Amino acid sequence: MIDLEPLWLTAKLALITTIILLVVSVPLCYWLAYSKFKFKSVVEAIVSLPLVLPPSVLGFYLLVAFSPQNAFGEFLDQYFDIRLVFTFEGLIVASVIYSLPFMVHPIQAGLKNLPASLREASFTLGKSKFTTLIKILLPNIKSSILTGIVLTFAHTVGEFGVVLMIGGSIPDETRVASISIYDEVQAMNYDAANLYAGILFVFTFLILLGVYLINNTFSKANPLNND
Amino acid sequence: MIKFYAHKTLQTADGKLPLDVSFSVEKGQFITIYGNSGAGKTTILRILAGLTDTEKSLIEVEGECWNNTDKKIILPIQKRSVGFVFQDYALFPNLTVRENLEFALQKGNDKNIVNELLELMELQSLQNSKPQHLSGGQKQRVALARAIVRKPKILLLDEPLSALDDEMRFKLQDYILKAHQQYQLTTILVSHHLPEIFKLSTHVILLDKGKILKEGTPSFVFSEEKISSKFKLTGEIIAIEKSDVIYIVSVLSGSNIIKVIATEDEIMELKVGVKVLVASKAFNPMIQKIS
Repeated sequence: MIDLEPLWLTAKLALITTIILLVVSVPLCYWLAYSKFKFKSVVEAIVSLPLVLPPSVLGFYLLVAFSPQNAFGEFLDQYFDIRLVFTFEGLIVASVIYSLPFMVHPIQAGLKNLPASLREASFTLGKSKFTTLIKILLPNIKSSILTGIVLTFAHTVGEFGVVLMIGGSIPDETRVASISIYDEVQAMNYDAANLYAGILFVFTFLILLGVYLINNTFSKANPLNND
Repeated sequence: MIKFYAHKTLQTADGKLPLDVSFSVEKGQFITIYGNSGAGKTTILRILAGLTDTEKSLIEVEGECWNNTDKKIILPIQKRSVGFVFQDYALFPNLTVRENLEFALQKGNDKNIVNELLELMELQSLQNSKPQHLSGGQKQRVALARAIVRKPKILLLDEPLSALDDEMRFKLQDYILKAHQQYQLTTILVSHHLPEIFKLSTHVILLDKGKILKEGTPSFVFSEEKISSKFKLTGEIIAIEKSDVIYIVSVLSGSNIIKVIATEDEIMELKVGVKVLVASKAFNPMIQKIS
């Protein structure tokens, strides 16, 4: 029987990462979709960086930054008693950065594709930006939000390079499912590796299938696609 | 009383175009802004509503300052008492007809206005439908009702009827007039449609390339000289046929075709597609091109 702890750890990491990213991304996307700020492209490029950077590069810099031997890591350690290297908390921070574009892109595109007049109509009816976002904009991009949530979750489940760099393989702390597969293969336990890999394979396929099924029913019911 | 002045450089297909417009509107008037596309009509409405910024502007509505670029005063959109009916209606797809109207209520507003407007616009039977199940004319009525919920000082209509067929148009013009009168609104309409302008508006602003060419009553603006007449109709020429020494001009006005006899001199300016005014003096009808 395999150890179930890595699977549980993976699920916990993906869930917490997704929740944090959802909260962070909605205001960020609103800003990215509507701001006329001159250097917005710079912010967009930074958000998209994790898409193209090798995970080991990102992991390496995060490791350097979070290390208590360096200024930022020391600052966190001394003033907040937080250590982000080789801890579960560190994995969360790294995952949030690494999966950021997977949450931001769908939501930003959803907001941009809404007709500008919806937002303007709400403003002319005396509603604030916040009310407009909560009551009008977000309810009309449900499928984009769902896509963002699922992609983020699935992408965090599939993380390897960043996790390995910043978390290593500490049982019950940072050894997530993808790391376990690697460890088991190194130890020549192909059966255990196969089991972890199979579970991840089936699980990620099922969530993606779920999204496409739900999104297809959404777009059939989506009034903005009917006109 | 609304005093409006704005200067803004518009980016059009033919390059930059300065919009420089100044006019005033009496309370309760029904004004139409008429002009070619790209003349800046919609921009004027958007500036008034605070949706578009300007290089220089001075807007005063019933003594309240909305824009004063010299003093750096720009009242936020939310604080301007306007009702805006967008060309694409902009109904909220996630809300029902009733919820669309209720969304416009402010704190402390009397909720009865929603029922009153649903009744006035004959929307009661549709109040629980989502906008995507409505026809164009029905959507238009919801958009109009929603714009009036706050009882705005100014109602702004951006070519609201352009997507509808003629029959629907005539009906909706009546709804607009009804709302304008019942809630004592000051209404500014952008329209291309001459019969509509003559039917609805008390005052017309003729806009061309960002400047006001002419303003006044519809018949003053659209006819070269004042014609004293028993009746006037505007329409579009759909056919010109020669019959012996005279010509028979068929004019489509609303859904009626009127045949008017014209001489060779009169026909010079006319061709199919031209907008014309058909007026009857004592007893002979005359036909005239309008600018």
